[in-house]
Amino acid sequence: MAKYRFTVDGKPAAVDAQPDMPLLYALRDDLGLRNPHFGCGLAQCGACTVHVDGEAMRSCVLPVSAVAGKSVTTIAGLGTPEKPHPLQAAYVAEGVPQCGYCINGWLMTAAAVLKKNPKASDAELRDGLAGLKCRCGTHVAILRAIKRAQTELA
Amino acid sequence: MDRREFFKTSGALVVSFSLPAMEALAQGADKPALVPDELDSWIAVLPDGRVHAFFGKMDMGQGLDVAVAQIVAEELDVGFDKVAVLMGDTATSCNQGGASGSTGTSNGARLLRKAAAEARRVLVDRAAEKLGAPAAQLRVEDGTVVGPNGKATYADLVGGRYFHHKVEWNQHVGNPMDIKVPAKPKAPADYKVVGKPLPRRDVAWKVYGTGEFITDVRVPGMLHARVIRPPRAACSVRAVNEASIKGIPGARVVREKDFVAVVAPREWDAVRAARQLKVDWHYDAEAFPPMDKLHDHIRAAKVVKREEAVKRGDVDAALKMAAVRVVEAEYEWPFQSHASMGPACAIADVKAQSCTIWTGSQKPHYTRDGVAKLLGMPPDKVHGIWVPGPGSYGRNDAGDAALDAAFISRAVGKPVRVQGMRADGTAWDPKAPASVHRGRAALDASGKVIAYDFMSKGFSRQQIATNESDPADSLLGQALGMTPKGNQIFGSPEESYGFENKRLAWETIPPLVQGCSPLRTSHFRDPVGPEIHFASEQFIDELAHGAGEDPVAFRLRYLTNPRHQAVVKAAAEKAGWSSLGKGKGIAFADRNGTAVAVVAEVEVDRASGRVFAKRFTVAHDCGLIINPLILRQTIEGNVVQGLSRTLYEEVRFQPDGVESVDWASYPILEMPDAPQAIEIVLIDRPEIAPSGAGEPTIRVIPAAVANAFFSATGVRLRRAPLSPERVKAALAKA
Repeated sequence: MAKYRFTVDGKPAAVDAQPDMPLLYALRDDLGLRNPHFGCGLAQCGACTVHVDGEAMRSCVLPVSAVAGKSVTTIAGLGTPEKPHPLQAAYVAEGVPQCGYCINGWLMTAAAVLKKNPKASDAELRDGLAGLKCRCGTHVAILRAIKRAQTELA
Repeated sequence: MDRREFFKTSGALVVSFSLPAMEALAQGADKPALVPDELDSWIAVLPDGRVHAFFGKMDMGQGLDVAVAQIVAEELDVGFDKVAVLMGDTATSCNQGGASGSTGTSNGARLLRKAAAEARRVLVDRAAEKLGAPAAQLRVEDGTVVGPNGKATYADLVGGRYFHHKVEWNQHVGNPMDIKVPAKPKAPADYKVVGKPLPRRDVAWKVYGTGEFITDVRVPGMLHARVIRPPRAACSVRAVNEASIKGIPGARVVREKDFVAVVAPREWDAVRAARQLKVDWHYDAEAFPPMDKLHDHIRAAKVVKREEAVKRGDVDAALKMAAVRVVEAEYEWPFQSHASMGPACAIADVKAQSCTIWTGSQKPHYTRDGVAKLLGMPPDKVHGIWVPGPGSYGRNDAGDAALDAAFISRAVGKPVRVQGMRADGTAWDPKAPASVHRGRAALDASGKVIAYDFMSKGFSRQQIATNESDPADSLLGQALGMTPKGNQIFGSPEESYGFENKRLAWETIPPLVQGCSPLRTSHFRDPVGPEIHFASEQFIDELAHGAGEDPVAFRLRYLTNPRHQAVVKAAAEKAGWSSLGKGKGIAFADRNGTAVAVVAEVEVDRASGRVFAKRFTVAHDCGLIINPLILRQTIEGNVVQGLSRTLYEEVRFQPDGVESVDWASYPILEMPDAPQAIEIVLIDRPEIAPSGAGEPTIRVIPAAVANAFFSATGVRLRRAPLSPERVKAALAKA
């Protein structure tokens, strides 16, 4: 066990854990956050996605020791109802999520894609979002929402 | 605004440990029992005039609660924003069957509509007395009864108090629960709120991460648990080596007969203990046939039950007539997994005389019943609370998790949170059954169909019940030695093709193994609908091809129900069917009165075997449309989930176990393969009661894609899924 310090959504956090414990368990079990979610524990679905220093990462396989001193952002830190990230506003406008359990992946990954490539084409978006899962089948609505956000950002 | 206030003002389901629904109502001795024949069981007016509707069915993210709120607002004449729909708490709602069979509006909201109309009638009568004017001279404006000499608000009349008014209950529990009331609901022509495209209420909290999923529920002092599922079917436990998890803080084993679980105060420690624990499993024989012999096994298996849904004329005689051309084809469908986004989670707090169970199950009232039976408690001592889960399209792994949590909580004497690992959701959820379908038909010299024979043979779709009200139907129950009751049932195509000699039949076969099986079956979205219509609507295409006729024209020639013809025409027109080139396919079906037709347009990459379904055009008629916006979203989800099941999904297994354990071994559709467009034509029929939209569209997707594949390549794919390897093999042979 060792103590790991990092920030979550801008606030300082400290967790006593084994170095190989995935960040997800630190966020949920130790820090009591409701997001992100456990979907597979294998980096195959994206439900646990957070930003670590701005990069979209799968927290279910990322050891907590790897984020020491870094800045972790969850969807609750991406934006708020009062100050939404443009993607969040667009996802709400398009009514994207159905069950909503997968939404961390689709928001945090899309935010990272748009940050690097704000004008990403349809094909670039599809490629950039490969590897994420949505069982309710909201893919078409997700693309609509991202394109809406791109229009508003342009 | 704190979260609680946020929930209230957004009207979303309130998730809390108290009983928020009744917070503003008097909790006195005059509280009527929660029984279906009390109006108070359905509708409450709060002191400030807001309305609570208590719903015994569930929304799983398709906006059913919004439709219910619209209907209640409409019949009560109050603003839509004043109506909150509270679902899934067994302390505040009667058992209307939970999410089941696309009956949320047809059965569930039908009852709430009557209850709201009756509440309005009672309130207007009370206002008449108070205002000294006959009810006929009164009108209601947004919760205020207005008469010639004055006004009375609903809040004045009953706010914060109970109606104490009886309604007539039909004595049924579950889906058929209904009531009779003197009030007459409004005529559709008078609707102001029903029919409006109002947005869902559960979107914002999901997008901002401010709400609670079942996985987020925490109870003080709770332990984390993981259940150790067997490595293969029909296992028994010889021994558990408890020393193998020594050293993990607070970790301990819970075992009874063949049920094994671990608990630990920290979640990661429970996960580690589950990985580390050494269990000596025993099994005798190979559980399953080789996977490539599955459909041969089905063909050869003895028939447990046979039913003929349609039997018209003399099919056998017509097939043997001289100078007819017989067209014959067989189709195969694999086992499929719910594979919900996350494995199931449940939290149980079992005390000496009572239990609280938090569950993501889509049928929390039945969860309560199952937990009560397991614990030997009266059902009213068990409080079931539904909290949104990681997706639910039937009986997935949620029911098992709830019973597991209750069992473990009782064993350790503390609240327990159970969550599965990925394999528990993919390998061990109840499966949609594998099946074989055979079509035979005779065409005369003119190309007219004179005999039509369609038969499905497969595993029953209910080897375990469709809900968890009996522990015998759970993995826990089976591990403890109980035998599932199950039910022998499959299904037949739902259509109106007017062939003069016609037979639609099904046959079920025995389960592969007795005992716990990762291939046991139960309901998965549109139970056996995609399976059956993958076959029947391809076979119709094969007949059209055999008759040398266009598939749309052929269907229109034989469909006898005008609503069925209308959706086929609407989909074809909107898609521009006659001007489309190769790669187009159509399919049509009915589902309990909802008619849907879809045109799929595909591109086939011969080198990679990739089928890209670039555009779908759906025409949908479910009677009266309550909310076109939410209906469209629901249809879109059906299209994409249906496409995923058509192209990718197949539970892989070996004789000694299931190999589909995660997303790599059970792939589903990903973004690069999402359609470019889904166009939807909604046919609104205000004069016809709504017949459901949660499932009908998914049943037509597989055949539409397969028919489009044939149109693109000239090759029939009669085995699902249309995976790249199967496509390449079929094209290489052609």
